[in-house]
Amino acid sequence: MTEWLERHVPKMVLAPSFVAILIFVYGFIAWTAWVSLTRSRLLPRYDIEGFIQYERLFASPRWDTAMNNLFIFGALFIIVSMFLGLMIAIFLDQKIRAEGILRTIYLYPMALSLIVTGTAWKWILNPGLGIEAVIKGWGFESFEFNWLVDPNMAIYTVVIAGVWQASGFVMALFLAGLRSVDQEIIKAAQVDGIPTHRIYSAIIIPSMAPIFLSAFIVLSHLAIKSFDLVIALTGGGPGYATDLPATYMYAMAFSRGDIGQAASSAMIMMMVVFAIVVPYLYSELRAKND
Amino acid sequence: MTDMPHPKAKTSSLSKTVLRWLLYIILCLFALYYLMPLFVMLTTSLKSLEEIRTGSLISLPRDITFDAWKTAWSGACTGIQCEGLRPYFWNSIQLAIPAVLISTLIGALNGYVVAQWRFKGANLIFSMMLFGCFIPFQVVLLPMARMLGLMGVAGTIPGLIFVHVIYGIGFTTLFFRNYYVTIPHELVKAAKVDGAGFFRIFWSIFLPLSLPIVVVTVIWQFTQIWNDFLFGVSFSQAGTQPVTVALNNIVNSTTGVKEYNVDMAAAIIAALPTLLVYVVAGKYFIRGLTAGSVKG
Repeated sequence: MTEWLERHVPKMVLAPSFVAILIFVYGFIAWTAWVSLTRSRLLPRYDIEGFIQYERLFASPRWDTAMNNLFIFGALFIIVSMFLGLMIAIFLDQKIRAEGILRTIYLYPMALSLIVTGTAWKWILNPGLGIEAVIKGWGFESFEFNWLVDPNMAIYTVVIAGVWQASGFVMALFLAGLRSVDQEIIKAAQVDGIPTHRIYSAIIIPSMAPIFLSAFIVLSHLAIKSFDLVIALTGGGPGYATDLPATYMYAMAFSRGDIGQAASSAMIMMMVVFAIVVPYLYSELRAKND
Repeated sequence: MTDMPHPKAKTSSLSKTVLRWLLYIILCLFALYYLMPLFVMLTTSLKSLEEIRTGSLISLPRDITFDAWKTAWSGACTGIQCEGLRPYFWNSIQLAIPAVLISTLIGALNGYVVAQWRFKGANLIFSMMLFGCFIPFQVVLLPMARMLGLMGVAGTIPGLIFVHVIYGIGFTTLFFRNYYVTIPHELVKAAKVDGAGFFRIFWSIFLPLSLPIVVVTVIWQFTQIWNDFLFGVSFSQAGTQPVTVALNNIVNSTTGVKEYNVDMAAAIIAALPTLLVYVVAGKYFIRGLTAGSVKG
């Protein structure tokens, strides 16, 4: 008996977590998928009606705005964060004195809640009293910077705050990558008289392809899940000009009482995440098992 | 002839110095860019409303006043109630500490099994857990709200602890698993020969080796849970909200005069615990970030 117990104890230790994941991740996804195929409104209904919720979703101008915003925000957020991160990492890699302090300063936003970040930038970008007033005070009387309340520009304020929060983190990833490049190859290139910018563009950066991929995965994952930042910075407004799929889903679920729409928008979000993450996870896991 | 300094070498060393200066200037400008919001938050929180209206965003406060901090802590309104952040700060502590400890303990045991006591299917279970780290939580919000209702913990702090533990297990397991796979299997084998069992080996061999990864995991989980907004706003009710939700309510409350200094003080108060952790244990924080993303 004790021997049997001893043999099965590892399984029993893992079992509760396994069951929990099975129910609260996979079971719940299945529930949401099911409900997204019904006519659920305020209360969930379980008789399947087909893809009507998805048809409603794609016909909704608000969802259209949310997906467009996700595309604009996601693309700019990822590109600018990667660019800034890589640039700072390369600059920091030049045997800089006080590198530790600088690194600490660049990375601290990542420790903040996005609600804090959003609150801070909402104040800085305040059209009446923020940056605009500062620059006007410098003598540029006609300067205007009211993106926060301009429906066409508000989504870019989300990009500004998002990049501020995440670019330091990308820098840390890239810096670790730069340091892991084989120093012998770099030395050999230097001996051959190859200029520094060529060493970076032809040797170091191409060898960091996996880091670019990781950074891309993390950033796109952050972008799709972005909810807190929009809520704190713009509240989805003006109107619903800065809605993202995450805020759309939340509004449908908790303030509009439209469970069918909430479920179907959540499913679309999951599909977008999986389209990006699954190939990556698959290749990672396969590489590990080989 | 050979002692003559080469003219080209001279200009290149000059341009090198210039470049070097340029590099430091650029790096300092970036530092200013990252520090600016913190600076603005801090100075705004120390100004009076009058000074905010008449002065400049980036100027230092003329008369330092801590009134905004007092209001943010114990008087600011989150909707109808005006008790400041204090009760919600306390909620977040009550929420974060058990959730961090429980999810870390479960992660340690899971990681130990997956890394050292492999059985058939263990890898599949691990992959399934890993997958769970990547789902957008929106996809579980609706059923979780119903489940918490069924369990009778809807809108309570224990309910929120439960949610954070469940969705934290994937990451904590990953951290410990990646740490424990580097420990040679011979250690477990030798201990088994000596008659030690599963828990004995965990308790007296693995746990004492685990301090670094425990620190990384605790910091990661604490930052995640303290900064969480989505679960907090979805599964709490008036009185049980975590500090991030209360902060957002203070900032976006529409009653009365907009008190920017109070907003900024409240934002700093809400950020202090995680900032403190970052300053004290930044090394471990970064390790968690990179482990959670690169390896995941």
